[in-house]
Amino acid sequence: MQLLVHSVSVDLNNDASLVIDIPDALCERDKVKFTVHTKTTLSSFQKPEYSVQRQHEDFIWLHDTIVETEEYAGLIIPPAPPKPDFEGPREKMHKLGEGESSMTKEEYAKMKQELEKTVQVHEVFLQRLSSHPMFRKDRNFQIFLEYDQDLTVRRKNAKEMFGGFFKNMVKSADEVLISGVKEVDEFFEQEKNFLLDYSSKIKDATAKAEKMTRSHKNVADDYNHISGALNNTAADNNTAFKKHLEKCAEVFEKLRKVEDRMASDQELKLTELLRYYTRDIQAAKDLLYRRARALADYENSNKALDKARLKGKDVAQAEENQKQCLQKFDKLSESGKKELTSFKARRVVAFRKNLIEMTELEIKHAKNSVSLLQGSIEILKSN
Amino acid sequence: MESPEAARLSAEDISPSSNGPKAEPMLLDDDPDDLFAEATEEVSLDSPERQPILSDGPSPVITPVTPVMISSRADVFDRSPDQDEDEEENRDTFDIQISVSDPEKVGKDVCDSLSLCLQTSLSIFSRDEVCVKRRFSDFLGLHSKLASKYMHMGYIVPPAPEKSIVGMTKVKVGKEDLSSVEFVEKRRSALERYLLRTVKHPALLKDPDVLQFLESSELPRAVSTQALSGAGILRMVNKAADAVNKMTIKMNESDAWFEEKQQQFENLDVQLRKLHASVESLVCHRKELSVNTASFAKSAAMLGNSEDHTALSRALSQLAEVEEKIDQLHQDQACADFYLISELLGDYVRLITAVKGVFDQRMKTWAKCQDAQVMLQRKREAEAKLQHANKPDKLQQAKDEIREWEGKVQQGERDFEQISKNIRREVGRFEKDRVKDFRVVIIKYLESLVHTQQQMIKYWEAFLPEAKAIA
Repeated sequence: MQLLVHSVSVDLNNDASLVIDIPDALCERDKVKFTVHTKTTLSSFQKPEYSVQRQHEDFIWLHDTIVETEEYAGLIIPPAPPKPDFEGPREKMHKLGEGESSMTKEEYAKMKQELEKTVQVHEVFLQRLSSHPMFRKDRNFQIFLEYDQDLTVRRKNAKEMFGGFFKNMVKSADEVLISGVKEVDEFFEQEKNFLLDYSSKIKDATAKAEKMTRSHKNVADDYNHISGALNNTAADNNTAFKKHLEKCAEVFEKLRKVEDRMASDQELKLTELLRYYTRDIQAAKDLLYRRARALADYENSNKALDKARLKGKDVAQAEENQKQCLQKFDKLSESGKKELTSFKARRVVAFRKNLIEMTELEIKHAKNSVSLLQGSIEILKSN
Repeated sequence: MESPEAARLSAEDISPSSNGPKAEPMLLDDDPDDLFAEATEEVSLDSPERQPILSDGPSPVITPVTPVMISSRADVFDRSPDQDEDEEENRDTFDIQISVSDPEKVGKDVCDSLSLCLQTSLSIFSRDEVCVKRRFSDFLGLHSKLASKYMHMGYIVPPAPEKSIVGMTKVKVGKEDLSSVEFVEKRRSALERYLLRTVKHPALLKDPDVLQFLESSELPRAVSTQALSGAGILRMVNKAADAVNKMTIKMNESDAWFEEKQQQFENLDVQLRKLHASVESLVCHRKELSVNTASFAKSAAMLGNSEDHTALSRALSQLAEVEEKIDQLHQDQACADFYLISELLGDYVRLITAVKGVFDQRMKTWAKCQDAQVMLQRKREAEAKLQHANKPDKLQQAKDEIREWEGKVQQGERDFEQISKNIRREVGRFEKDRVKDFRVVIIKYLESLVHTQQQMIKYWEAFLPEAKAIA
């Protein structure tokens, strides 16, 4: 069974030289296939327009290769999109494939909502890369966008090459590492404190928003059950009352749709926003880790140089090592500062946009509810 | 004891904000079996014939309680001889206002003693206004008396509230234990509805026990609550049902109406229980939504504090405030979900049990009649045997016994006819009330939803410029 969805596009593309979007996604059995559409005027690309099919694992591969590229150590790496979560619907799809049962309207709607979410987050990942001066030139990124075959084979080879070493190293870095660093730079000191605090607050806000959205969806489900129960009761009644009950059942069914849409939009605009920035904050913290590590390396290289000078052995090598460590650290600090500054700007813009959109949608849905309810009340009263 | 057809009563809720409902013309079903094809004549609340009641005198309601008023309808019924004499009374317009308030803690029970206030112009009451104090056990006692007096006659006696009302959710918000506050309000509201239903019943309204309950400053102490609890009455009802099941001779149902109606009520029982369960689930989830919204609001406020961009920080704090207000909306809506719909459905589920009970009573009556006939037959056989024996004393005794049992058979047949008639009337009344109740409540409920949504629009529209102000 195929399910086509057109994405709710979050437009990060200000630069027309490389425009990427995910216009639709196919949901098959247990896989999601994203259609990645690229329009470009850059000479590094062979064609001006591409349309390729990519799976979630391809995105992860691309993310991992970027993380493990030494050159990008001083940049905030756009967080990897989370795996599409289709647990319930997935089972259903599987059963459908085997010719059993059929998907109810509600299951279909839920699946569509999940698809909207996952398309949005995968799209944003690519758009972050395309709008960044360095990432957009990445060779693997280009392959991802251009290569018209399946990337599966390439992915496997890459895994063997890198072994995920760097990634693991960064991931296992303790908060202690950055908290423990003697920070001379005022900017980084402030950023560190801010990121550590904000990171826990936004994680909490995400969790609470998720719970709120889930409750909202439960209420919508209840309207659905009430509608069904009213229809059952209608079956047995005399004509006049039967019509009345059926009308009531209809009202609840419509209410359910609006309530469901309200909950989904709140999820897309608020919960997903918070989820995304929780991951992005983590990516910013990863940058601080890398810089802190580079600082530690530099301090170690200083100590090694002193030791070498004392012993009078391998001084040149030690000097060279120290020089490289300092260079690396300076580079990370310089690019880190730029990245963190633009990160704040990006965050503010995204919050503004999503909060405005969410509010406008909530107002729109509430107004729909009101007119639906008032219309129904009129009909029921006149009956 | 036959109940004269008093004027039909219907309950209309008046919430403080509305300006009185207009009774709507009722579309009656064209059931050919319906003995009481009626034309209703509406007396609107604003009509000049009504004696002004509510405008005079202070409101007896002390705690914030929605006073409920029952307004009258003058109905024209199919005449039957014993109803003619009461026509005059039917024409009178009347109303009765009852409120239950001031729940007081007595011992361990947080809601045991209550104030019961009555305002009325009905002539059967000795005063226009009266306020009395009643214990919960008094209510149960009243119901038990009414059930024992009227149920066997086929009257649908409204069931009293259960002794222990276990709320579906015990939600603790903050330090306050809401469950006991909810329990009190739940019981108070249930008792109020119970009384209203009881006085709505034309026969019960005139019952001396009911009048004494509503008016007397002191009631004789109720026996033991054990026997009087809702569960006790339920057991009594079940006993009748068991008796019916144990009947060896299946009743020869000559009247298809009864069979049909019984089946209908079986179905309705199932349907209402399901509907009730769905609504209970809605109440539960909406309460959860409220709690989770409040929790998110706090979290958003903390996030706003942590945010170092000034305008965004302020917007997040505003968002937290909006969500707090929305939490309150959810709480209020959950109350409406509960008190308007869920409790009403619960009442009807219990009422249906009472309805099923009267059908069983009818079967019991029939069985009694059958037994009497069997007995009569035996006595006749015994007498026939004694004809040939030379025992004049015993023969006379046998003849006496035959007469006795002939009388019993006649009485049994009369009883059966009477209960059948009563049930038809009661079921007709019940059906009309049910339809009316649901129509009224659904509209009130939808209006509550409208109100909630309109508030939401207000809050979000106030927030929008804040979001746009992020720069």
